Amino acid sequence: MATGTAAPPAALPPLSKRLAEKGVTPRLLLLLPAVVFALGLFVYPFLYGLGLSFTTGSASPWSNYQEFFSDPYLRGTIWLTVRLAVPAVLIILVAAMPLALAMRGAGRAKQAITVILLFPITLGTVLLSRGLLNFLGPAGWVNRFLLDTGLIDQPIQLTYNYWGVLFAIIITDFPLVFLLLLSYAGGIDPTYERAAAVFGASARQRFFRVTLPLFAPGLAITTSLAFVLAFGTFPSALLLGEPAGSTRTMGVAAYSEAFQQFDYPMAATVAMLMAGLELLVIVLILGLRSRLAPTVSSGRKG
Amino acid sequence: MRPRLPTHSSGGSARSVADVADEVQGTVRTDAPDSNSLDERDRQFRELRLDGVTRAFGTTDALRDFTITIRGGEFVAFLGPSGSGKSTALNCLSGLLPLTSGEIWLDDRRIDTLPPERRGFAMVFQNYALFPHLDVRRNVGFGLRMRKVPKPETARRVAEALALVQLSHKAESHPAQLSGGEQQRVAIARAIVCEPPLVLMDEPLSNLDAKLRLEMRTEIRRLHQDLGLTTVYVTHDQHEALSLADRIVILRRGVVEQVGVPSEVYTEPQTDFVAGFIGYRNALPGNVVEGHGRRTNVAVGDLQLVGTSPAAMPPGGNAVVRIRPDDLVVRHGGDGPNQIPLKVEVVEYGGREFVVEGVTPGGQRLYFTASEALRPGDSVTVAVDPEQVRVFPPTEEGR
Amino acid sequence: MRAATSASPPAGTAPEPAGDERRRRPGFTKLMTIGVLGFFLVMLVGVVGSVLLSSIATRWLNTWLPEGFTVSWFSAAWAEFGLTQVLLVTFQVAISVLVVTLVIAIPAAYVLARQDFPAKRLLTVLFLLPVVVPTITYGVPLATLLYKLQLAQTLPGVILINLVPSVPFAILILIPFVEQVDESLEKAARIFGAPSWQVFARVVLPLLAPGIIATGILLLVRTIALFDLTFLVAGPTTQTLVVKLFYAVSAAGFRSPQSIDAMAVMYMATNVVLLAVAFKFINPSRIVGGGAH
Repeated sequence: MATGTAAPPAALPPLSKRLAEKGVTPRLLLLLPAVVFALGLFVYPFLYGLGLSFTTGSASPWSNYQEFFSDPYLRGTIWLTVRLAVPAVLIILVAAMPLALAMRGAGRAKQAITVILLFPITLGTVLLSRGLLNFLGPAGWVNRFLLDTGLIDQPIQLTYNYWGVLFAIIITDFPLVFLLLLSYAGGIDPTYERAAAVFGASARQRFFRVTLPLFAPGLAITTSLAFVLAFGTFPSALLLGEPAGSTRTMGVAAYSEAFQQFDYPMAATVAMLMAGLELLVIVLILGLRSRLAPTVSSGRKG
Repeated sequence: MRPRLPTHSSGGSARSVADVADEVQGTVRTDAPDSNSLDERDRQFRELRLDGVTRAFGTTDALRDFTITIRGGEFVAFLGPSGSGKSTALNCLSGLLPLTSGEIWLDDRRIDTLPPERRGFAMVFQNYALFPHLDVRRNVGFGLRMRKVPKPETARRVAEALALVQLSHKAESHPAQLSGGEQQRVAIARAIVCEPPLVLMDEPLSNLDAKLRLEMRTEIRRLHQDLGLTTVYVTHDQHEALSLADRIVILRRGVVEQVGVPSEVYTEPQTDFVAGFIGYRNALPGNVVEGHGRRTNVAVGDLQLVGTSPAAMPPGGNAVVRIRPDDLVVRHGGDGPNQIPLKVEVVEYGGREFVVEGVTPGGQRLYFTASEALRPGDSVTVAVDPEQVRVFPPTEEGR
Repeated sequence: MRAATSASPPAGTAPEPAGDERRRRPGFTKLMTIGVLGFFLVMLVGVVGSVLLSSIATRWLNTWLPEGFTVSWFSAAWAEFGLTQVLLVTFQVAISVLVVTLVIAIPAAYVLARQDFPAKRLLTVLFLLPVVVPTITYGVPLATLLYKLQLAQTLPGVILINLVPSVPFAILILIPFVEQVDESLEKAARIFGAPSWQVFARVVLPLLAPGIIATGILLLVRTIALFDLTFLVAGPTTQTLVVKLFYAVSAAGFRSPQSIDAMAVMYMATNVVLLAVAFKFINPSRIVGGGAH
């Protein structure tokens, strides 16, 4: 057996020992498949897209970007995307935050509510769009209800326009935002709020001085992710909106440039601009978060 | 096979788990299959030498130049506060932490370059570290299985180890179904069943409540007396170290302060730090007035105390006087050295005696025990034997 | 204390008025909660209910409820959309993605949870980036690339593009599960003689099993529901159920709505069953921070 007979092995070479001190051990090889995956399927295609966006017929490498910003039809997609994403994210946050705080802790009712709220995850955007077409359509239950109660004379148009897509974004993204906020809220020990109450803080003070600063890191991350989701709105914009008009988001534009116009460089340009815009939003959110709660580094451990 | 060597006297002679289990169960073994010869040979080492063992984390040394020789069968406690390097030393021994420099030898085999799984040691963890997905039997048998001991023998030895910790009836249970004390017994059974050359124990009692801790302490002592397994025991509790160990190693900031048998450490602490850690609660800063060999006179404010220092101390130097509360005796009249007048400030009832906090006229605070009920505001005089007044150079803070 | 409080009121942003209001008037919290829940429930029942009802309706035009009920649309949809082939493709893709993802993600999550090393942050960001970037931004270039490499419209191409969000997702979910496996158990196993691979096989994997199962099922659900990326590269013979559904819905005029809805119900049922199983192993509210029960 190994322990019984082994002669004193040679000392480790100093280099591997020094590396091991820094955490560079053979165990890191376990990361290799993931690194190969990330480089091959994410980084390389992204760089390829970046290169593609500078591939132009004319002299200036920027001509794709110039074209994007000079063409009102393309340029307008930025505004159309923002116009959908910002209200959707704000509505979701305002609805999800008090709910997540209220759902902290255990309890059968709370668990049931959580499951109901998470149910739409199983549906996926395509099915939701299909359902919303039925539900919000001119002959759907919503219009039927409004007509029967006499609130309206004519069916209101809720599908194939801006409103349908907004509804779809809210319903698809709400569960994920709620889920994230719930787990961050769960990390906030209610003892802090009780302690603040004991020391005389009013409900308002407790919220702004204790809960919100502790919540801020989670809120910032969640908001960023919510924007990612809302920005990427794609199938619902095609199915529930006017893909050629009021809901021509950047995602739709990138898709149609690539697979309908076969203008791959322009598609890549739109995709890169989308990534840039998303980055800008995240920077803004994180900046806002540090202004909101400058003294708290993290509300959760780890 | 190497002949059995006599082990350290206080550890008792080494016997197998099976022999002892038979005694516990009151049965007599007629057959004695000697199939565990490999373990037997490993177990009977003469000495385990740590030579200049150093472990650095970044630029700080968690353990510096740690050198000690542990004899086969000995029970050694590493004692110190958190950050003293005692756990670092244990992890270096186990192989979980590579050394920065230094060597570890088991007789003539160098082992510090071996990974933990090839050292053949066993360990009892502070949080027990029982495998939650395995039942008690499989937990205990894990080490034997990894060492490819045949199944029938594994079954027999596991049964014996469980009998030894009186948990035979829990063999099918999972760790989550056991109480803290039972879990710790399983952890101990898992360690001793391998009859390893060295058992490492990392604060094994600190997660238990006070009563269980005392019981398990006795249990560990008994198992060591019966089995004679060489043991290194890490603790921050001086009572555990004093009651369990054959030898105590006291560490501070990665450096050994003192090594000695419990009575030595208890009565002859070599440094101010050791004295403070081992129960010399009163610390009075002063100056050396004169010294005659180890007998040293110290001025503490306007008090003159006669004490004993580990080595001669030059007059005029700074000194710390250390006295146990128990050694201060309330005097009614009489004279002699080390009479200290005190004004009583706080009296705590401690069962058989009172723990009293008093203040000298010079403002020095002293704790002492008294058999009579004193009241705050009382004036008393306490006295202490110069042998029990320990004088040290002050602990350097910068190290 | 009052002075300090009023000296620096936090800057107002959108989510705050809600919190502010609900704290000032305690009843507001409850109203808000009930309102949001109510709205959500109505939408959910409306969306799911109208699809469900439609799938078993004989004819449904301009009325509250259909004229009659039938289950014939399911068999009709099955034949009409060639669902045997579609489901075969869907499960081939889902299972392949599941296996490949777990093989990549388990070791990666293990190392990320257990070990500090230089560039760990950089690698973590790299692995998780696909989660925080809209799918279209990398989907369009990747799809373009796959077309160029002649991999688009093939099964391997669909599998590859599905891996991109799956691997980070799996790593993200698995890390807290790994962190929950007490590291001292691994140490104990090593001290008692287990070499690294035995530690992994006998201690880490069994204790990680609930997390792996939960992750696996969530991966299946995600892959089955993932539309955007699959849509970009799916060819006529490699459409998954959700892509087929999309085409059916976007060309609604040509198909009877009932058979489209029948297909939608089949799709929905698959996901609901899988997710129900997943939630047996994982507490939904703890996915981000805490891992399993």
